[in-house]
Amino acid sequence: MKAIIEAENLTKEFDGFVAVDHINFTVEEGEIFGFLGPNGAGKSTTIKMLTTILNPTSGQARICGYDVLRQRDDVRRYIGIVFQDPSIDRFLTGKENLNFHGMVYHMDKKTRESRIAEVLNLLDLKGKENTPIKDCSGGIQRRFEVARGFMAHPSVLFLDEPTIGLDIQARRTLWEYIRKLNKDEGITIILTTHYIEEADYLCHRAGIIDHGKVIVLDSPQRLKDSVGIDLILMEIADGGNESFTTLLKELEWVKNIEQHGSLVELSVEEGDGRIPELLGLASREGIRVTSIDSHKPSLEDAFLHHTGRTIRESEGGMKETRKARRARGK
Amino acid sequence: MKNELEMGTTPNISRRSQLIDPLPIYTMWLRQMKRFFRMKARLVSSLVMPILFLAFLGLPMSFIPSGDIPGIPPGMNFLDFLAPGIVGMTLLFSSMMGGASVIWDKEFGFLKEVLVAPVNRFSIILGREAGAMTTAIMQALMIVIIAVLMGVSLQSLAGFGLSLVFMILTCTTFIGLGLILATKLGEMEGFMSIINMIQLPLFFLSGALFPLDAMPSWVKYIMYINPLTYAVDGLRGSLVGGAAFPLTLDLIILLISSIVLAGLGTRFFSTMEAD
Repeated sequence: MKAIIEAENLTKEFDGFVAVDHINFTVEEGEIFGFLGPNGAGKSTTIKMLTTILNPTSGQARICGYDVLRQRDDVRRYIGIVFQDPSIDRFLTGKENLNFHGMVYHMDKKTRESRIAEVLNLLDLKGKENTPIKDCSGGIQRRFEVARGFMAHPSVLFLDEPTIGLDIQARRTLWEYIRKLNKDEGITIILTTHYIEEADYLCHRAGIIDHGKVIVLDSPQRLKDSVGIDLILMEIADGGNESFTTLLKELEWVKNIEQHGSLVELSVEEGDGRIPELLGLASREGIRVTSIDSHKPSLEDAFLHHTGRTIRESEGGMKETRKARRARGK
Repeated sequence: MKNELEMGTTPNISRRSQLIDPLPIYTMWLRQMKRFFRMKARLVSSLVMPILFLAFLGLPMSFIPSGDIPGIPPGMNFLDFLAPGIVGMTLLFSSMMGGASVIWDKEFGFLKEVLVAPVNRFSIILGREAGAMTTAIMQALMIVIIAVLMGVSLQSLAGFGLSLVFMILTCTTFIGLGLILATKLGEMEGFMSIINMIQLPLFFLSGALFPLDAMPSWVKYIMYINPLTYAVDGLRGSLVGGAAFPLTLDLIILLISSIVLAGLGTRFFSTMEAD
């Protein structure tokens, strides 16, 4: 495996505010790499530095061996980008957008035509290429943007919040295409997301990013494993209680215990069976438990475990992840 | 490692981005054309105001005996006098908007994507300016046609040809101004109203509606520093006759203003961060 992106102490400050704080990571050729974190964590800023849109304040990054600051034009030759905000011309058709992209990237007419047919095919956009973008659904619009992103054969494709604003069905469809793209075209993909399931489903490796720092970086499975076998999350009414936590610590089946505010996180074996025992213990101690649940650790638990808070950049996002977890049967 | 990557993955991309890069210039231009012809509602609405001026100011005033307004040569009616001014107005509004809209395009549009392409910025903005100019001139020509249909008689074919030169210089000047404003003030709230606040005085103080000679002298001095004054005068001289200045002077001043403003605008655009 060869590193295609290398970042060393990459930092971006805006008027004294450190958006990205000395981050280090490498992305290997052919992988889907993701940054997971709430809005404002520094994901997009990182992507913008890697794609030569913003200049790093300090540190450096190389893409395909080229420095993002000093060899911009070289970097630009090897990357494709799908921006967080739509940047496709709404008054043009999908095909025109793709064609113009090819022209700007100096592809000749014949190459453009065959490549357009290829990308339309790959993303199942045939039959929609002659409709003005503004008349396409959100999912199709986004798919055209992805199609454009890899149209000129980039080595790395950046997807900044690729499924933001899409309904759950369009989101899942797009996931399938992103996977297919990675597999069929062998293209390295680096994405940012604040959707837990997205990182879980797509990424070979994910970095949890918060307050401009990469907290932990590993495969989603190993991130989950790092939390424990089964996880019990208990919410206590009057906040933390030292003596109760100490009591829990003494239970032999509790592998690990962590407290994040009123949330107590227990790593246990056979979590479901332990709930009655825990509730009994709590009532004996006069502790009021407002909610309790046991589940296999999800990436969200890993996020909580490593950052000390849930990924609650917005109410909607939080509800959504809960809902999704319930839908998966915990 | 570099060689391997270059040969393996990007066979169609040239090595260095040239300053003047024909294909991206053409792309940017072609895109403007497609948009222009596709957004019919916008086209129609941009023609409404000039037509209203011609129909409800020009036509009624043309019944006033000629020679009664100082500065309008005897034998020329007011509609003939006004038409080149309205052509100038169309060019002004359309060009300023063409330059200023770069900011939205960079934020939400196609341009954002092009800015991270391995293409020289200068070529991108050149194509974009060419597109804005073509659309502005097409609108201006529509106004010329409408004016002729209302009864304005053009001086000569050569004069019409010369007016195209004036149109090009007028567009270059005000696309440049629009670009300067967009790159320097584009992030500001109420950017649109700032553009309006600049456009309207430029228009009213250009001699488009009334002759220079009809203005008090202090207003005249303001008009002398307004490039649109020379644009309107040049258009008037070449289309219907009766210019206030020698056409060579109009031409030289517009040439200077277009070089300075478009040059600055292009420079600001080239050096701005893509985000």
